[in-house]
Amino acid sequence: MNFWNNPVQFIAQWLTGVFTGWGMADWAASLLIQLIGVVVLVSMMMVIDIFLVWVERKVVARFQDRLGPNRVGPFGLIQPFADIIKLLIKEDITPDGADKIVYNLAPIMSLMSVLLLWAIVPLAPVIFGVDLNVGALYIIAAGAIGTLSIIMAAWSSNNKYALIGAFRQVAVLVSFEVPMIATLLIPTILAGSMGMNEIVARQDIWFVFVAPLAAIIFMITAIAELGRTPFDMNEAESEIVAGFHIEYTGMKFGLFYAGELLHAFTFGGFWAILFFGGYRLFGLENLGPIVAAVILFAKALFGYWIIMWIKYTLLRIRIDHMLAFNWKFLTPLAFVLLMVVALMNALLRGTSSGVYVLGMLLTNVVLGWIVIEILRLYSRKERERVDGPAAKTLEAHH
Amino acid sequence: MIPLSWYLILSAALFSIGLFGVLSRRNAVAILLGVELMLNAVNINLVSFWRYGDISTMAGQVFAIIVFAVAAAEVAVGLALVISVYRRRDTVIADEIDIMKW
Amino acid sequence: MTAMQIIFLVVGFIILGSALMVVTTRNLIHAALWLIVTLFGVAVLYALLNAGFLAVVQVVVYIGAIAILFIFAVMLTRKEMRDRGPQLNRGWWLSGIIAALTFGGLFWMLQAWNGFSKTAADFPSGFDAVGQLGNALVSPQAFVLPFEVASVLLLAALVGSVYVAFNRK
Repeated sequence: MNFWNNPVQFIAQWLTGVFTGWGMADWAASLLIQLIGVVVLVSMMMVIDIFLVWVERKVVARFQDRLGPNRVGPFGLIQPFADIIKLLIKEDITPDGADKIVYNLAPIMSLMSVLLLWAIVPLAPVIFGVDLNVGALYIIAAGAIGTLSIIMAAWSSNNKYALIGAFRQVAVLVSFEVPMIATLLIPTILAGSMGMNEIVARQDIWFVFVAPLAAIIFMITAIAELGRTPFDMNEAESEIVAGFHIEYTGMKFGLFYAGELLHAFTFGGFWAILFFGGYRLFGLENLGPIVAAVILFAKALFGYWIIMWIKYTLLRIRIDHMLAFNWKFLTPLAFVLLMVVALMNALLRGTSSGVYVLGMLLTNVVLGWIVIEILRLYSRKERERVDGPAAKTLEAHH
Repeated sequence: MIPLSWYLILSAALFSIGLFGVLSRRNAVAILLGVELMLNAVNINLVSFWRYGDISTMAGQVFAIIVFAVAAAEVAVGLALVISVYRRRDTVIADEIDIMKW
Repeated sequence: MTAMQIIFLVVGFIILGSALMVVTTRNLIHAALWLIVTLFGVAVLYALLNAGFLAVVQVVVYIGAIAILFIFAVMLTRKEMRDRGPQLNRGWWLSGIIAALTFGGLFWMLQAWNGFSKTAADFPSGFDAVGQLGNALVSPQAFVLPFEVASVLLLAALVGSVYVAFNRK
């Protein structure tokens, strides 16, 4: 193996040689190398996070028909560094009566819950953090830690508005985890394993062509988990100022903000892994692990762009409409979809791949059509209930 | 390696701490916290017996999953009851909820 | 002292220490947060016991749902943000004695058992624990009936708790 075939193992072996040459014991050398690997992965993610701030500001500007940052450096590329310097030199305020330890721990846990997710992302067939065989559930577990950090932040701020914002945000987060688990089970069924490496390895046909409805529902629940418009209860500025992070200034707010952007990019990455083939692109990933990682990042940026597109186009939904949408529409749909996909997968398992893909695609289209028909019936009844008497009196006048 | 006794002593200690919490706390929610500690101790016991016994029969892990479900159900109903009592009596101190009606 | 033993000692120390903080701290929100530390420690313990699925389910169910439910309940059952009054009732020394006796009794009973100090068999490689667990939960020869009964129990608890806690105006 050389550097281009397997960069991580190559560097690990070389470092082991260096460390044992310095006289370290074997287990100490491997522990140190694993720690260095963790630090390198986290640093890479944080550098990408800085780049994401620039991407976000440019894209939102273009959506709003303006240019975005273009003064600081070529195309405004140095702008995020200016933002970071501003956040670092701001005064670090702790509100009176705040619970100091919990107050300082909350932004750290919020960012931690995002960085934990990158441990299971397979960047290439040979570059991954850990090959966990329960990867799909691990995503939900890391989301649970994020939910916890929101409550900790709001409670320790000693502020009623923070608490109200956090209650609503946590209600949305916990509710939308249910359809997310159901849609995470669909790639699991199609691939036969919950591990991310296995799911990517089984995607000869991308799962978005086999279960497109699942991809759409996963995207909706992911946007709700991120706390982005149209589901952003924590930044409902017209309603509760700034939600659970009212009392945070300076770099602590920076951690929340950077964590949210990185979380969006991470979920773009998971959308790519679960439904769009991960690092696979018609065999191009066999050129080398670096090419595979670049392919994955490109797909993750595409998913991130779709999340941004939805954010800057749609309006915020009211909290009771949001929860009704989840419990009365998404959850039944997700579970029905899960049952239908499992049934069709078992029925079509032995057939050739063309028949399989067409069969599954057809069932998804039929299910989507049935859902739309039900929605049309429901909205027609609603319209008759609201407009009915008026239309009837109009008829009577004729 | 780690002998089974270590896990059993750990879960016995956790169970006793939970028992102390249940018997000595005044707030009803804190009593439920103690019950959660006891359920976790039981789960540690079940999973370590699965690991140190016959791994191919999954009875230990299945039992632990059923305990997860039971603990979740019990916490939900218990906390609903505590909230309902708070709305009527304006207190959650277990010593003050001592008459059926007045 | 192998690495696993050191990890076990650290994790055990964390679990017991935070459990003690749960039952003795005055601030109830802090008690719920210490419970979360205990639950994390137990999840790490499951991972040490090669039960990876249970470790992740522990985080999702206990920390992601039950602990948050506790924090909400603590916030909803108080008139002010601070806790007042003593938080241990009058007979707490008797509870301490009972707890110590329980631990002593369990320890004495267990150490008389001859399997008390056995060490673990090696975990067979290629053993698909998650797949086997899934099979056990839905196979008619295994545990499908308790599984279905547990789901009916959860449904009953869901309906019951919503009904009990519903705020009728």
